[in-house]
Order: sequence, then C-alpha cells, then structure tokens
Amino acid sequence: MKMKWTSYPYILWMIIFIVVPLTLILLFSLTVGEEGGIGNLQFTLDNFKRFLDPKYIDVLWISISLALKSTAITLLLGYPMAMIIAGEKPSKRNLMILLFVIPMWMNFLLRTYAWLTLLGKNGFINYILTKLGFAPLNLIYNDRAVLLGMVYNFLPFMVLPIYSVLVKIDNSLIEAAEDLGANKLKVFSRVVFPLSIPGIITGITMVFMPAVSTFVISRLLGGGQYMLIGNLVEQQFLWVGDWHFGSAISIIMMIFILITMAITAKFDTEKEGGGGLW
Amino acid sequence: MKNIVKRILVLSLILVIGILATGCGEEKATINIYNWGDYIDPSVLKDFEKEFNVKVNYNTFATNEDMYISIKKGGTSYDVAFPSDYMIERMIDEDMLEKISKDNIPNLSNIDERFLNLEFDPENDYSVPYMWGTVGIVYNKKMVDDPVDSWNILWNEKYKGQILMLDSQRDSLAVALKKLGYSMNTRSLEELEEAKEELIKQKPLVYAYVGDEVKDLLVGEEAAMAVVWSGDAVAMIRENEDLAYAIPKEGTNLWFDNMVIPKNGNNKKLAEEFINFMQRPEIAARNTDYIGYSTANYKALDLLPEDIVNSEVAYPTDEEIGEREIFKDPKDFLKVYDDIWLEFKAQR
Amino acid sequence: MVGKGSKKLYTFLIFLFLYAPIIVLIVFSFNNSKSRGTWNGFTLRWYVELFKDAEILKALYYTLLIAILSAIISTIIGTFAAIGIYGMPGISKKIVLNLNYLPVLNPDIVTAVSLMTLYRFLSIEFGFITMLLSHITFSIPYVILSVLPKLKQMNKHLAEAAMDLGATPTYALRKVIIPEIMPGIITGALMAFTLSVDDFVISFFNKGAGVTNLSITIFSMARRGINPVINALSTLMFISLLVLLLIINSRSSKSISERGDII
Repeated sequence: MKMKWTSYPYILWMIIFIVVPLTLILLFSLTVGEEGGIGNLQFTLDNFKRFLDPKYIDVLWISISLALKSTAITLLLGYPMAMIIAGEKPSKRNLMILLFVIPMWMNFLLRTYAWLTLLGKNGFINYILTKLGFAPLNLIYNDRAVLLGMVYNFLPFMVLPIYSVLVKIDNSLIEAAEDLGANKLKVFSRVVFPLSIPGIITGITMVFMPAVSTFVISRLLGGGQYMLIGNLVEQQFLWVGDWHFGSAISIIMMIFILITMAITAKFDTEKEGGGGLW
Repeated sequence: MKNIVKRILVLSLILVIGILATGCGEEKATINIYNWGDYIDPSVLKDFEKEFNVKVNYNTFATNEDMYISIKKGGTSYDVAFPSDYMIERMIDEDMLEKISKDNIPNLSNIDERFLNLEFDPENDYSVPYMWGTVGIVYNKKMVDDPVDSWNILWNEKYKGQILMLDSQRDSLAVALKKLGYSMNTRSLEELEEAKEELIKQKPLVYAYVGDEVKDLLVGEEAAMAVVWSGDAVAMIRENEDLAYAIPKEGTNLWFDNMVIPKNGNNKKLAEEFINFMQRPEIAARNTDYIGYSTANYKALDLLPEDIVNSEVAYPTDEEIGEREIFKDPKDFLKVYDDIWLEFKAQR
Repeated sequence: MVGKGSKKLYTFLIFLFLYAPIIVLIVFSFNNSKSRGTWNGFTLRWYVELFKDAEILKALYYTLLIAILSAIISTIIGTFAAIGIYGMPGISKKIVLNLNYLPVLNPDIVTAVSLMTLYRFLSIEFGFITMLLSHITFSIPYVILSVLPKLKQMNKHLAEAAMDLGATPTYALRKVIIPEIMPGIITGALMAFTLSVDDFVISFFNKGAGVTNLSITIFSMARRGINPVINALSTLMFISLLVLLLIINSRSSKSISERGDII
C-alpha cells in the first residue's frame, strides 16, 4: 500500500527545521562580517584555516580520544549486560529493561551532578575509604571523572539497542548450531555475535555521538580544566559571540561524525539503518 | 494493551488542558528581569508584583559575557539587566542601553556618592548602582598556615590540588596580571602572554576552575583557598567560621553591578519603576541581607544588622581596599583577551 | 555461558553503578544541611521549600508542558511520516531517511546552534515557541525510527487485503496499520517525552525570557552550589516515575509477554 502523502507535512517540517538551519550554519562558517543582513557577509575560508591551528586540533583530538575510550568502556560493560538481560524470562527481562530506562528519565544534569557528591574530596567514596583506613583519593576534576560521567550517562544507550537485537534472535538458530556440535563459545562467535552487530553499531553511534560533543559533563566533572570541542562551540556562540568561527567548528564536527558514521555503516551487514533503537 | 494506551493518551490530554488553563491567567503587564543567579531576595519580586499589579518574569545568567550575548544576539527582550562596570561601558558604546529618566528614579538620592558618576558611565545616564565589592582570596584558616597577603600564594606548591580559580576570563587574567605587577586593563600583548604563561604554570596546582559553586566547595572544606568576589566571601564566612577573606597587597579589582534598561525592552516606564523600587531603603536592605553582597544604598545600611555593616569584608574602608583597579572594556583589544584565554584553556 | 552467580553479581554491580548517584540524591534530600559533604540529621524542610520555590515550580511547569506537547505533536507527525516513508520508492525513501537521520546523528550542540541561527535569521523572539519547535524537531526522527521497524515487521498484505475487502485507505490505516504498529508508536511517544524532559543542550541555546526548563534551572543552580531543594524534587520525580512504570508494567506484562518485548 502506498501512502506517500502522509509524510508530506514532515518533509516540509524537515526542510524548515533541518535543511535550512544547517545551510545557514554552512553559510556562516564560510563568511565573516557583522550579522544583520546576509548582504553584509563576505566569503572567506579563514574560519576553517583558523581551526587548523595546533591548539584547536589538540582540542579536537582530546575530545575524540575521550569519546572513543568511553564508547569502548560502555561496549565492554554493556554487551554482557545486554546478553544477561536477553537470556532472562520475558517478565524478568522487561523489569530489568525498565530499570535501565528509569535513570534515563531522571534529569541528565542531576545524574551528572550527583556524582560530585560521590566523588568529591569529602564525598561518599572517600568517606568510606578513610573509614576503611585508606588515604583519600583525588577522584574528581580529572580525565577519569569526565570519562566516568560519560560512561554513566551513555551506558543505557549501548545496552538497549544490543538487547533489542539479541532478544529477537531466533532460539532455534542457536539450538541448531548446538545440535551441529558447536560449543558455547562457537555459538557466540559464529551465531549470536554476528547477528548482534547491527545493535552494536547503533549502540556505538548513540554513545560516541553525544560523548564527542558534550560540554556539560566536561564542565561539571572536569572542573573547567577541560576544553572539549563542545565547550569550544558553546564558548563561541554564547560567550565570545563569534558565530562564524563557531559555525565552522560545528561544520567540522558534523563532517567528522558523518564520516565516522559512513565507516561504521560499512560494518553494518543489514542495510537500511540497523537494528533500531530499542 | 490498547486500553492502557488510550487511558494514557486521555490522561495526558487532560493534563495538558489543565496545565494550559492554569498557565493563562488574566492579562497583566509583564516585566522581564535579567539578573545574576542568587542575586536578589525572591520575596522582593513578589512584593513588586503585588504593589504594581504586574507579572515579573525573572531570569538569571552566570557571567557578564553570556548576558551580553543573549541581549545582543539572542533575540530576547529584557526590561532590566544587571551587568558589571566594563560590560556597561561596552553596552553604552554599542548603543544597547536606554537612557534612564532620572526624574523617575527619586531614590537615586539614597545612593552613596562614591558609586555615582564613575568612569564607565560618567553621568549615570544609563545605569543605577546595585551592589559593589572587591576580589580577593578566601581561605580556610585550618588548612593554610602561611600569611595570605599576596596573589603569590596561589602559586605555592604546598597547596597543590587545594586551590580554586574563577572560570572567568577577566577575573583570572586579572589575578595573573596583578601578580606580575601589571595593570589588569593592560593593552600590551607581551604582558598578556606573560600572564597566560603564569596561569599555565599554575594549572597543575589548581583543583578546579569554578563559577559560583566555589561557595559549596569552600564551605564543605574541599579546597583550602579560592579567588572570590567579596560578597560570596561574606556568605561563605557566615556558613563556615574557619574561613577568612584577604585582599592581596598587589591590588584588587573593585567592581560594581548596576541596573540598566536594554534598548530592546518593551516597557521602559515599568523598568524605571522597578529600579526605583529596588532602591527603597528597606528593599535594598532586604536584598543585601539575603545575598550577602555590599549595597550601594547608604540609607539601607541603617536598617542592616551591625555585624554586617561593620564587616571588613563587605564594607572595607579605602585603606583596607588598598591598591585597586576597575575593569575597563578592552574594546578593539577584546579579541586579544579572548584568544589569550582560549589558548590558556585549550592548553593541557 | 558463565556461572549463575557471576551473572547475578555482574547485574548487581551494573545496577549499583546506575543507581548509586540516584540513591545519594535521595538520601541527601533528607539531609538537614545545605552542604553535600556532611550529614546533619533528618529533615523534610527541603520538600517544604520545594513547594514554595517559584523558580523551580515554573521550570517544572514548562518542562512538563513542553514534553507533553512535543511528544503528542511529534508522535502524530512522525507516525504519519513513517507510514509515508515506508511506502516511498527507493531513492526518495533513501533521501528522506538520511535527512531524518541528521538530527539523530548530529551532535545536540550542532542542532542547537543551527536552530538558534534559524530563529535569529527569521527574527523569532526566543521563548516558549522556539523551545517547543526545537523539541518537536529533535523528537520526530526518533518517533520515525521506532515506528519504521514495526512497519517492516507488519505483514505487507494485511492492508492490501483490507482494501481488497472494501476498506478505504484511511479506514485501513486506522483499523489495520495503526493497531499493528501501536507498540512502535508508543515507544516513539515515550522516547519523545523522555528526550524532551531530559534535554538540556538544545533548550539551553534556544531559551528565552521567562521560559526555562528544569535542566536549565539545575544547570544555573549547579553553577552556584547545589540546592537541596532540587534533590527533593528529583526524589519526588523518581518515586512517582517508579510507581507509574511499575503499575503499567505489572498490568500489561501479560500482553507484553505475548508480544515478546516491552515498549
């Protein structure tokens, strides 16, 4: 059944709120001049040239490496968890998924801020450490704290897509493999894992993206010592007011992410968008 | 399943209608106020609403810079804002402020002359003083045994990981510039580069670069010392008696937060009414008591408790302030300041 | 694969990690001290203050209002869009889907600044409308992405059969397609609501005078030391959410277990 027309309102919406804004950003990134009229803008590549300065490349590199680390950690922690949940009885696994979703309903900033209470110099963890006779640790305002904040906030984004793919795997496939003499490891590496790749790709996408562009986590848990690429954009738009340079950084960030996506999509065996979000 | 879905839909619709219904009350004139976080006694706003039969839309900002951008580029109209000295200068220069009709602010006479006709707004045509103060070091007496009288202590290895700096371009650069003996309004690139190097050298010693959360960290004794605005020091010392405040001998930044009327506001008359209201002695006293900062309204001082009025931290004499400078807008040099700060922040 | 005990332990540790900060928030909402470092005895005063705090209540009001409105609007637009996209021929389907992916793939902050630029370009005053439009914009793609898989799972001939039997396209849509993809629609709506409640970045760049949401209020509070009133608020939010979801879960678990998955 063809019902194309039902999507027309959204296509209009998409043009106004997705295509036009991005075009504007692109326009800003390629120009300089006081705003107030498109006519006053002058074409230039300076905004992009400026970004090639080592100090900005450094910022980009730090952001990418932190995001990669947090994606790897969420995958390592999340995959076994998704498997455990998928292996439970339906009633129990629904409850467990629910428990995974609930923290996401809590405010993101609250969740991040709560870690300050745990990690602070006189925080809960150090309180327990000193009670046990250990020296208090410096847990906050460093790389590890930012990384922890990312893993904490984005773990459900990794677990849920992997779970939703795993739970759909036909049990008879696994049984068939077992009947043919495959041991558990082989069943996993030859049957379960390949089938779950779309979920993994979705998970990686959903973790890496917000991690590479965050400015809140680095602001709250990094103690203002970490200039990530997101902080740079925020600073240009809200503090310095140089929208042209800010737009150029946004475009760079966007292109970088689209390239990453294109690469990960190559690994995606299933065409058309992978395993869905849940 | 379907039943539940339907019920949820109906419930949420009812909720929306309910919320919308409570949302639109009777049409009243509204006034948009744009102030620093935690910088007013909220009950004062209630009183203003009652007395003038208007609705107050109260909004907050975190730094002068983000206030400036959201008025200049944000497309939002505010009727009253609370910028500081150098930012007022910039906003006047860029023709962003409405001239205030002094006839409509009779309470201007309650303001101490020391805070009027300052360089950033020579005739007070555009701004009415609200609060003022200094910048200094707040420290915990239990954790710091060296004398605190110089910015140099912020570079002392002994306090590694216990020092808090302000995550604010002008304030942190000012500390480094003063430590080096330069003006905090310097227009020399070399001096700024040197200040940047000082700050980079200090980076390993610093626990964090913070905003207003500095209060929480010092009261909770998570750090030994911090660069703060005097008003915050008053509030902190109130909560933790082990804290003390010192103005370094190399010199401090004397600052003033004034009320202004941005040009894109909708209701100048009401804005002036509000500014005048804020300068009534009893209102000014209530705000001062609530936030801990130092009022510019001398009539309010009579209504405040003695220990506040006599506090060296809140109301220092000229002598106690010592060397001081007021921030000036860097104007065409602003980009250099921005770049220097960015380079420092991006440095690992 | 691995022993039952270690599975249990692993699950326990992960959930501890997820819930520890929330538990701390809840505990400290009863702490009789503004500081988060020390425990000064039990109190309910933060809850009393919560119901007196006009700033937080206003933020809560806007958060819920925007979340509900944007969830409803984006679910409606998104569901129809998904049905339309599903019926599209290859190339245009690909283009629309890729464009649709943009807000999902794009970092929040890029979406935020691009929308900010748009509103400024169109000289729309920042406020409730800009925030609502932004929330709808970033929610619709998620609705589409959760409805599309259900459309794919649906038997292709179902709607055709209905129409062969004399149903009009709208009737077939209402009576056959929509009920069939309902789980996807609900997922989408819940997702849109969650994303809206949780959003900070896009709201932060597109807020205006008099309109803030909880995230923005919390961010500005976080910058001046946490206010235990916010802890009290999150405790209440958490508990009501928990109760609501558990009720829904227990009441619908039967039908869910037949379908094989929740949400």
